Amino acid sequence: MAETVAACRPAVVCAYPISPQTHIVEALDEIVRLGELGTCQFVNVESEFSAMSVAIGASATGARVYTATASQGLLFMVEPLYNASGLGLPIVMTVANRAIGAPINIWNDHSDSMSQRDSGWIQLYAQDNQTASDLHILAFRIAEEVSLPVMVCMDGFVLTHAVERIDLPEQSEVDQFLPPYTPRQLLDPSDPMSIGAMVGPEAFTEVRYLGHAKQVQALELIPDLAEDFVKLFGRRAGGEHDLDGLVTSYQVDDAEIILVALGSVIGTIKDVVDEMRELGTKVGVLGITSFRPFPLDSVRTSVMHAKKVIVVERAFAPGIGGIVSSNVRTALRDTSIKISTAVAGLGGRPVTIKSIRGVVVQAIDDTLPELTFVDLDVELINRELERNRQQRRSGPMAENLLRDVGSR
Amino acid sequence: MSTPLKFYQVGSFAVGNRLIDEADLSVQSSTSRSNSLTSGHRACQGCGEALGARYAIDAAMAATDGKLVAVNATGCLEVFSTPYPETSWRLPWIHSLFGNASAVATGVAAALKAQGKSDIRVVAQGGDGGTVDIGFGPLSGMFERNDDVLYICYDNEAYMNTGVQRSGATPPGARTNTSHAVGEHPGASFTQGKNLPLIAMAHGIPYVATATVADLHDLEAKVKKAMGMRGARYLHILVPCPLGWGSRSEETIKLARLATESGLFPVFEAEYGEITETKKIRRRVRVEEYLKPQKRFAHLFGANGHSEMLSAIQAIADKNVAKFNLWDSEEADTNHG
Repeated sequence: MAETVAACRPAVVCAYPISPQTHIVEALDEIVRLGELGTCQFVNVESEFSAMSVAIGASATGARVYTATASQGLLFMVEPLYNASGLGLPIVMTVANRAIGAPINIWNDHSDSMSQRDSGWIQLYAQDNQTASDLHILAFRIAEEVSLPVMVCMDGFVLTHAVERIDLPEQSEVDQFLPPYTPRQLLDPSDPMSIGAMVGPEAFTEVRYLGHAKQVQALELIPDLAEDFVKLFGRRAGGEHDLDGLVTSYQVDDAEIILVALGSVIGTIKDVVDEMRELGTKVGVLGITSFRPFPLDSVRTSVMHAKKVIVVERAFAPGIGGIVSSNVRTALRDTSIKISTAVAGLGGRPVTIKSIRGVVVQAIDDTLPELTFVDLDVELINRELERNRQQRRSGPMAENLLRDVGSR
Repeated sequence: MSTPLKFYQVGSFAVGNRLIDEADLSVQSSTSRSNSLTSGHRACQGCGEALGARYAIDAAMAATDGKLVAVNATGCLEVFSTPYPETSWRLPWIHSLFGNASAVATGVAAALKAQGKSDIRVVAQGGDGGTVDIGFGPLSGMFERNDDVLYICYDNEAYMNTGVQRSGATPPGARTNTSHAVGEHPGASFTQGKNLPLIAMAHGIPYVATATVADLHDLEAKVKKAMGMRGARYLHILVPCPLGWGSRSEETIKLARLATESGLFPVFEAEYGEITETKKIRRRVRVEEYLKPQKRFAHLFGANGHSEMLSAIQAIADKNVAKFNLWDSEEADTNHG
């Protein structure tokens, strides 16, 4: 990942350690110190809040900027995160997807980046390490074309710590795909301008609308850039089954049951699809590469013919349920397709072939609830609920559950 | 940069010291100076911060031949200067957030370095809330990394933009809207405080200085000196706030001077963690003379006043005088009662 980012020739890299992204910036530090990136500045900051703030200052000064974070780190930089998109600064950041505490957990799910779905950033999700690498190159190009920041989300540990053989891009190819950054706004003494002024009700809605319009613009731009990418690199940035740069499509065309998912879990789902297809079940999987902007039309067109859609999500919205599902529902408005949400793989719990198969079988049997938590340990939950009923001071719940797990 | 400058004071020693030798003239008194924070902004009458910012940024512009970028924290200065399209800034200026001016400035400096434009210099500025409280972590990071930024704190000793609330820089006894002048211990608490110039010095950075809007030449000289150096530099300017202090708008300069002469606001310079220069008090005054014109201290005076708190504040001033060696009794006027 670091080598791909380096091939994109960032001028400023700012870094704050947090698992599971740290090794990316560690490697970039070495690359910068060895002088392989010319005058590129590597800034060790004291927090993620400052990492994004340094990125804002550098980007507004016309530098191509990269940083990486995950989980709590992403939350700690939320304020400058919104600021970067509000100012329209094309920063590219890797999010090594990881759960959010409490309880503290370093393993993979999508709670972190999903929490920032409305931050105004473009969000791309990688399915494997080849796409993770390629999406970074695409990300810089998209960011600089529409003047919006882009998050490249890759599953923590599952992808970030996987050893996979991938094709690294040639420098000359990257240079061809990614021309030098020409900013729309610049802090320059020869042409002084004020950036970040107070905006009142007379124009605030319009400025915010432009943030939306640029996302819509990106929706049109990404398929074109995805084609440019293929021509230059000979492979699709979104992966083998990439449809239009926005979604990936595997065995979807004649499928009656379509699973919708993001990230590395799609690999597992494809195995389930293959297995169940052999038994005659018409099942397929639609992968969402671009979650923001959300490809309403691509999703709708791809799954319109299905009878049932199961959205597999590695995050959820407490108090209502699916996050991706509500977006899919918008895409499938006015249809009679039955849409279910399967929350799976939180905090690093493996999403197995067996788990996914179970969900699909339930869907076939019409026993899949609208919202289901895959592999939920109901007995563990009931014991805690019983404790809550019996005594007011029932103690900290995470610790109670762990004690129960340990005493099994 | 094309708007002609207006001068309202002619032949006075007040703003421009226009009667002194040409070589000693202040940047402010020159009609050819930059007009970085131009007129028409919406600061209150008598705003010390507006004055301080204009003095400081024009001095920095003069020292860098106009090659300057300013980063601003959220606060009065940002709000009164840029209700767009009416920006008062005539240099490249960016505002991001309340707590990140130092880190944004670090980013600007890093980008300029990467681009080989190290002749363009960076100033970050914020109020005391944005500096000693919410922006403290990033500022400490900027100091520790010795990033090439001059950070200027305009200290009006409370959160004035949000309507006068206590900050880490609010002096003991002062009334704010979150330290009301009621109860047994009215006003802000007597704690150890948060002396950011000393904390900055503890980072061992190349330059730390304090100044007030009462001494324009001193303030400009410190900005000029700071811009002649590289690395992390910190300038802490006391800027009285008529609104928050409950003082008369025409007394802003006088109060800034009394803050120094009472010993409550020591004016000094430090390099690499060591004090190199201290501004001696010429006419030492008791703290009452400084506190009494300010309504935020009104509860300390009168029949139901708090003489014990006045004594405690005097003790702080006396401690400063001794610690910073502010008063040379043989050379100074002896007005100290």
